[in-house]
Amino acid sequence: MTTATLRAPDRARVTSWLQNYGVYLAVVVLLLFNVIFTENFLSVANFRTQLVQAAPVCIVALGMALVIGTEGIDLSVGSVMSIAAALVPLYLGAGPLTAVIVAVIAGVVSGLFSGFLVAQLGIQPIIATLALLVGGRGLALVIAHGQLVQLHNADFLALGTGDLLGIPIMVLVAAVLAVLAGLLVRRTTFGRHLVAVGGNRPAATLAGLPVKRVLIGVYVISGALAAIAGVLATARLSASDAGETGLLMELSAITAVVVGGTPLTGGRVRVLGTVFGALLMQLVHATLIKHNLPDSAAQMVQAAIIVGAVYVARERSTR
Amino acid sequence: MTTTTAPVLEVTGVTKRFPGTVALDDVSFTLRRGEVHALVGENGAGKSTLIKVLTGVYRPDEGQVHHLGEPVQFRRPIDAQRAGISTIYQEVNLVPLMSVASNVFLGREPRTRTGLVDWSTMNAQARELLSGYGIDTDVRRPLHTLAVGAQQMVALARSVSTKAGVVVMDEPTSSLEPREVDTLFEVLARLHAQDISVIYVSHRMDELYRVCDSVTVLRDGKVVHSGPLKPLPRIELVSMMLGREIRQIRQEGVTAFGEEHQTGGEPLLQAENLTGGRKLREVSVTVRPGEVVGLAGLLGSGRSETARALIGAFPLESGTIMLAGKPLKRGRIAAAMRSGVALLAEDRKSEGIIPNLSVRENIVLAALPSLSTFGFVNRAKQDRVVQTFMARLRIKAASPEQKVSELSGGNQQKVLLARWLATGPKVLLLDEPTRGIDVGAKAEVQALIDELAQEGLGVLLISSELEELLDGADRVVVLRDGAVADELTGEAVTEDNVLAAIAAGGDDDDDRDAEST
Amino acid sequence: MTATTAAPPTERGASLAGVLQRQGAAVVLVLGVLASWFAFPHFGSADNLRSLVLQGSFLAVIALGMTFVIISGGIDLSVGSVYALGGVLGAYGSRYGLIVAILLPLVVCGLIGLINGLLIARTRMAPFIVTLASLLFARGLLLALTSEGSTTYKVEAGSAFLWLGQGTIFGVGVPVYLALILFGLGGVLLRRTRFGQSVFAIGGSEQSALLMGLPVVRTKITLYTLSGTLAGLAGVLTAAYLQSGVTVLGVGTELDAISVVVIGGTLLTGGAGTIIGTLVGVLLKTLIQNVINQVGTLDSNYQTVVSGAFLLVVVVIQRLLARSRRS
Repeated sequence: MTTATLRAPDRARVTSWLQNYGVYLAVVVLLLFNVIFTENFLSVANFRTQLVQAAPVCIVALGMALVIGTEGIDLSVGSVMSIAAALVPLYLGAGPLTAVIVAVIAGVVSGLFSGFLVAQLGIQPIIATLALLVGGRGLALVIAHGQLVQLHNADFLALGTGDLLGIPIMVLVAAVLAVLAGLLVRRTTFGRHLVAVGGNRPAATLAGLPVKRVLIGVYVISGALAAIAGVLATARLSASDAGETGLLMELSAITAVVVGGTPLTGGRVRVLGTVFGALLMQLVHATLIKHNLPDSAAQMVQAAIIVGAVYVARERSTR
Repeated sequence: MTTTTAPVLEVTGVTKRFPGTVALDDVSFTLRRGEVHALVGENGAGKSTLIKVLTGVYRPDEGQVHHLGEPVQFRRPIDAQRAGISTIYQEVNLVPLMSVASNVFLGREPRTRTGLVDWSTMNAQARELLSGYGIDTDVRRPLHTLAVGAQQMVALARSVSTKAGVVVMDEPTSSLEPREVDTLFEVLARLHAQDISVIYVSHRMDELYRVCDSVTVLRDGKVVHSGPLKPLPRIELVSMMLGREIRQIRQEGVTAFGEEHQTGGEPLLQAENLTGGRKLREVSVTVRPGEVVGLAGLLGSGRSETARALIGAFPLESGTIMLAGKPLKRGRIAAAMRSGVALLAEDRKSEGIIPNLSVRENIVLAALPSLSTFGFVNRAKQDRVVQTFMARLRIKAASPEQKVSELSGGNQQKVLLARWLATGPKVLLLDEPTRGIDVGAKAEVQALIDELAQEGLGVLLISSELEELLDGADRVVVLRDGAVADELTGEAVTEDNVLAAIAAGGDDDDDRDAEST
Repeated sequence: MTATTAAPPTERGASLAGVLQRQGAAVVLVLGVLASWFAFPHFGSADNLRSLVLQGSFLAVIALGMTFVIISGGIDLSVGSVYALGGVLGAYGSRYGLIVAILLPLVVCGLIGLINGLLIARTRMAPFIVTLASLLFARGLLLALTSEGSTTYKVEAGSAFLWLGQGTIFGVGVPVYLALILFGLGGVLLRRTRFGQSVFAIGGSEQSALLMGLPVVRTKITLYTLSGTLAGLAGVLTAAYLQSGVTVLGVGTELDAISVVVIGGTLLTGGAGTIIGTLVGVLLKTLIQNVINQVGTLDSNYQTVVSGAFLLVVVVIQRLLARSRRS
């Protein structure tokens, strides 16, 4: 009994530290491990590949982090990606920009829809977005007639494979969006409102904050980001694949957010943590693959990481 | 009275501390067999903590609880229940979606020989049991289709039928119709006949005197009185609850409030006939610039509801609110704030601070729109505001970036005051602004209220502490049962007058009974 | 008190009225079947009806477990993966005899459910995140067992195991009978046992359930174990039906299961629901699928669109009803 009371503060400090910095530590440790034990890890090409592969998850996870910050969840992101993927070939004829804009508008509309269900009707986020998860991919497949469409528009494909200043465009887009998300959370009234709504909804209401507008806003942003991720994934694949694009993306995005230290209970958004969460999961995957551990092991490890991260977060929030 | 029998429940020297406060300070309390024992005190007096200690929700830091002569330590609520101590909470702790019968028998359903739940027996038994509590209903209906009073009765039936020896009732009549109250009292009489003891928490004087044998008064975590109820004059009981003794001690020091304020001019805030549900009935309040208007009354008298209605956070059925001569739209918090009304809510923790955020962010939260340009927060403007208010209110924090949840209660309260002052309000509604904060911070907050009034703000002050109202307010509106009982101005604002208005109600009660029959 | 309303004449009458009131889906189902009968010449054929109920029986078994979980206020996202894993294990085990073919998957899937239950009930982590992790875990385990999905275990022709999926009694598939028996047992478990009452109480108000001294932790652990085991069983039946452990099975099946449960009138917020409602939900979903196939010209993907839309409509109606009830 006495030892427990003595050790409790220490343990709390350790858990709190882990929650705050665990993800960075894990990324560093994993990088070091790979530098030492993995052949050909320290190459520009390899880093490019890792970053490009992490980019879509990272973009979706940014939106997810905002939603989770309001104590919500957005399960529809994968389906929104596939809707975006399905729309691209239809409007590519009018130019890549039009195609991208149409896809993003679709994301915004689906976000408006989820936001309306959550904010106006008061439906639990998990259910409101579940319906879109179920129906959204079907809709995408209907739009695409269940077909995989090869894309040949060079300008569009550059989004997925091209470079700008020696950096892959996908990575650049993800980086810019991460910076914007960081600014949004830290520097705008919307961002501060968001955190307040997630932190203490009754207090936010009594403080006269536009709670409903904030809620709708985060789902719109999440939808738009998912659409952008869908467009980029399509460009990288050089094909529109409504059936596969964004499959299980909601899982990866939630994992990245949770591992990055954003608590599921809301009131806090960690943008950099989320980015590193996405990177960490990508690194874990790459490490296992490079050491000839199969996909199956990667999935099981991912499962263990999710449980571990949530367990750590839980200890903190119940205190 | 059964004063000779052994105590069923005995609490001796119980102390319970929470970070920053001592919720129970060396409390002793004795419950005898078959008695109805009133437990009274204002919010934060320690009633609910004491109940939670008795029912196994909290474990005391010091002291002992004896049940039927044996020392006991309940680890969980269920332990207390198994020992025969049941609690009927204000919020009914049943399962609303399940049937009435299920709720009575959950966990001990009658079963057939095959081990399956025997619905027909269960329903029949539930029907029979409940009819003894004045509930003649289809017991297969979901519980939530019953009126709250009936639900409470079901909860009571459940606990008594589980062989409870002690029943704790937390404000059982707060949501009952007069007729239901009568039924409840009949049931109480029956419990008495069965030698079941009742701890009865309520603020309604009439009821207390009608049903209770003895009383224990708590204030600031201490027992200030314990003994038979009937010989105790009403007004004395109320004054003990509200802390007259403290006032007498402080007579030299007084509160930090100064003299009366220069008030006058057109009314700043004028609310008329605010009516909403059973909580508010035609309440009218006026606040002039530079005036501190006190809102007195016991807990549940409609004090907080009035303040919440004024800011638009309590749904009104009718009534008008005018601010500086212009009508306010009902139910629009943001609009009310823009017009210059601000509410410091009663519950600092659940409705005030945003625990994850820093002191700075908590202060600027409500004023963000005016502290930003094109939706971007302007840090320089923010820092100026935060600095100003932190200095003015003497907020003690390591830095503006410290998490607000790490501050003491008094400093958290100052942060919230700063939040509302930063919006540049014309009228401040303060709901228990000094509750649960230390003496120093209390004096500072009181002085600040004074200062703000002198600057021309209108202040509506709600307080459970009588002396705070007597010293601080220029005018006191007394509420009772959701309606204005009296309004006292100037010389008339005296302790006796306020107490009399709060405690009155003999005639009133007869009226109510007459109406219901 | 207005409590003395005109009580329905009999117990049975009351429950029937209640079922009808809650089961908008049942009405839609009946109308849907009637309309399809007239609209599509092939619909009413014995063959089509037989295949319709057989198709529904696999999902029904999974949805049965999900019904318990959702009534308790939880959710089990792992069932799709566990379903696939059960199939693979069943096909793999069939070479060691019937007993192994059935027990191996049930035990493994039951264990996954048990771990879900332990994590949810003991550490109080959110059910959706725990079962999300086990969704990944079960899928990973499945891939590990099948050399990354490249090995498909076949069930040998002539194995007694096949009867479970392909056998018929009076022309109707064995899985249909099994599903019906399980639903009967499930109904008794939910409505006529203390366990079932605890499930409702936990979903209705966990706080109250705790205060009333109900075995909350034990009940939750049992629930998730049950859900995992049933998902495994559905996998076994599917493997017997398809004669192999198909590795790509079950992606998104958890969503199908959740939708049919909710469509069947079970509240996603917990505390209310019926087994029969879930059965109706399953049939309705299978009907939609069947009709879309019958139309022929319709893209089969409309199926999920309609499911999603239907789920949404049901949830919105539930929500609006709950709101009006409160006010």
